[in-house]
Amino acid sequence: MVGLHKSEFANPVVNWIDQRLPLFSMMKNEYSSFPTPKNFNYFWNFGALAMINLMIMVATGVFLAMHYTPNTAMAFDSVERIMRDVNYGWLLRYVHMNGASMFFIVVYIHIFRGLYYGSYKNPRELLWMLGVVILLLMMATAFMGYVLPWGQMSYWGATVITNLFSAFPVVGESIVTWLWGGFSVDNATLNRFFSLHYLLPFVIIAVVFLHVIALHITGSNNPLGIEPKGPQDTIPFHPYYTIKDSVGMCVYLTVFAILVFFAPNFLGHPDNYIPANPLATPADVVPEWYFLPYYAILRSVPNKLIGVLMLFGSIGVMFILPWLDTSPVRSARFRPIYRQLIWVFVIDCLVLGYVGAKPPQGSILLIGRVATAYYFLHYLVILPLLGKLERPLPLPESISQPVTRGGGPLPAGAAATPMEKV
Amino acid sequence: MRRPLRLRTVLLHGAAVLLAAALAHPAPAAETAEPVAQSWSFSGPFGGLDLAAAQRGFQIYKEICSNCHSMNQLYYRNLSGIGLSEDQIKAIAASFTVPKGVDDQGQPVEGPALPSSHFHAPFPNPEAARAANNGALPPDLSVIVKAREGGPDYIYGILTGYADPPPDMKMGDGMMYNKQYPGNQIAMPQPLQDGSVTYTDGTPNTLSQEAHDVVTFLTFAANPEMIERKRMGVRIVLFLVMMTGVTYVVKRKIWADLH
Repeated sequence: MVGLHKSEFANPVVNWIDQRLPLFSMMKNEYSSFPTPKNFNYFWNFGALAMINLMIMVATGVFLAMHYTPNTAMAFDSVERIMRDVNYGWLLRYVHMNGASMFFIVVYIHIFRGLYYGSYKNPRELLWMLGVVILLLMMATAFMGYVLPWGQMSYWGATVITNLFSAFPVVGESIVTWLWGGFSVDNATLNRFFSLHYLLPFVIIAVVFLHVIALHITGSNNPLGIEPKGPQDTIPFHPYYTIKDSVGMCVYLTVFAILVFFAPNFLGHPDNYIPANPLATPADVVPEWYFLPYYAILRSVPNKLIGVLMLFGSIGVMFILPWLDTSPVRSARFRPIYRQLIWVFVIDCLVLGYVGAKPPQGSILLIGRVATAYYFLHYLVILPLLGKLERPLPLPESISQPVTRGGGPLPAGAAATPMEKV
Repeated sequence: MRRPLRLRTVLLHGAAVLLAAALAHPAPAAETAEPVAQSWSFSGPFGGLDLAAAQRGFQIYKEICSNCHSMNQLYYRNLSGIGLSEDQIKAIAASFTVPKGVDDQGQPVEGPALPSSHFHAPFPNPEAARAANNGALPPDLSVIVKAREGGPDYIYGILTGYADPPPDMKMGDGMMYNKQYPGNQIAMPQPLQDGSVTYTDGTPNTLSQEAHDVVTFLTFAANPEMIERKRMGVRIVLFLVMMTGVTYVVKRKIWADLH
């Protein structure tokens, strides 16, 4: 449709712009008056928090890049120079460094929210899959960012992870050489990692846009997992959720600040303050904490190729989750068995993280194997079967009905078809 | 409702067994000692820096450590952070001779260091350092406190951890026994003992005091921003806690008309 947009803004300047480029109308429709289920709990903060975290990372990263030197001979010293001689350089770097950890904490809770309340189910499959793409991009970005200070863990982490590709038959070695831009992790590798580390966040921003667009098509899920039945079930996003997200943001920033100002190196590895040395392998090469579960999966398989495939599979399986989970009920509140198994899955992921931090020997290796098997069992066997076997509890009629305080037992005949949209 | 309950018991047991197995895995026998926590002026969110201890620590670095260990990330001007005056820093810098580029004939020039000069390094390159130290490379100490698991406690443990090796232990050529060092064999001869330095402020020069002082200096060297960081952090966290409260009250007020 060609023609000026009909703008409702009173301010003539805003109106003039809005007629030609309806940004103001878009912001109003999508953020201000956007009808949102009225029953969100604080788990629904974490999407907004992830967005804030992304902006913090880009803002600090741009300024760090002004002072950082991507050269193997100078990278370590340039980071120390940022810490010592750049005005508030220590603040920029510690915020960026701990911001990566905060980003994964926030995103992992965001994903847990999706798993618990079935946010990946019809019609939100594509929304979920875009989220998995963002997670993959985040992992690539974080990995390459960790290489930039050119400490011992940077160097050896890069060596171990890029070497994974050598597991592929025939083409493996060539892929690794191509990734490195040479025959070992060296200056060419550092240069391209810096370039890609700067590029990928903007790709993330683009996919976040798609994620948000898809969200605004389907509307948000909610703790009950049933669709709003009408205006009585929704409230405008502003001011109700802008203020609720602000409460979450203050708590999030407090945790962030405690890390940055009082324990900036708590989540890091001391070996990364030793300059990279290709001739001395650290006693134990471990990735950052947010990669430990995947690392445990990788190391629990004796065959390198199968290990690598399972590592990729552990994320890949999330792509097809909307079709693996056969239950028509979204929210775990109404799935008595899933509601317990999701916690077993969380414990399983924590156990994998613990195993990933330890040398793979003896009982640790065995526990890692059991936990890896359970990880895939949960997705590939339990979820498809559970949807068929589990008897869900009766669903409430609508969001408004049970949301009044106290709740109480639901009427026996209240089961509604959960996917029904108004 | 019977089924899920029974399932829960089974699952809880399963998780308990997994966790117990994870926690009970035997620690590798005869490992090096965990660093013993010492009391430091800089520990905790309100910890500051004992400037007198840091200055004594710098004296130890200057008189003893710097014979083998570089601190390449530091400039003499950084010593203002441990409370030295500009004149003191100028005097300290001037006592070192450092390379100063080339003259108009292209010949290398040397001269007294300035406050803007890097700390003087004991060896021109790692090869020279190894040659002078029985093949071992003394690590740069600029960020050593951040570069070791256990941080200050670990460095203190190394400096005070020298002892005679157990009779059944076979020591490598020129290696020393150290309770704290991984594997217990360290190439560095015991650097500090009682009376290694003479303090001008009357502080007793016991081994533990010396180790304590030099670790305080090294902690400053690795975290020159620490004092400012913690002071800023206390204010920011207080502000954020207050903002959390205010925002929550506003949220309650805005949402009040919904319930």
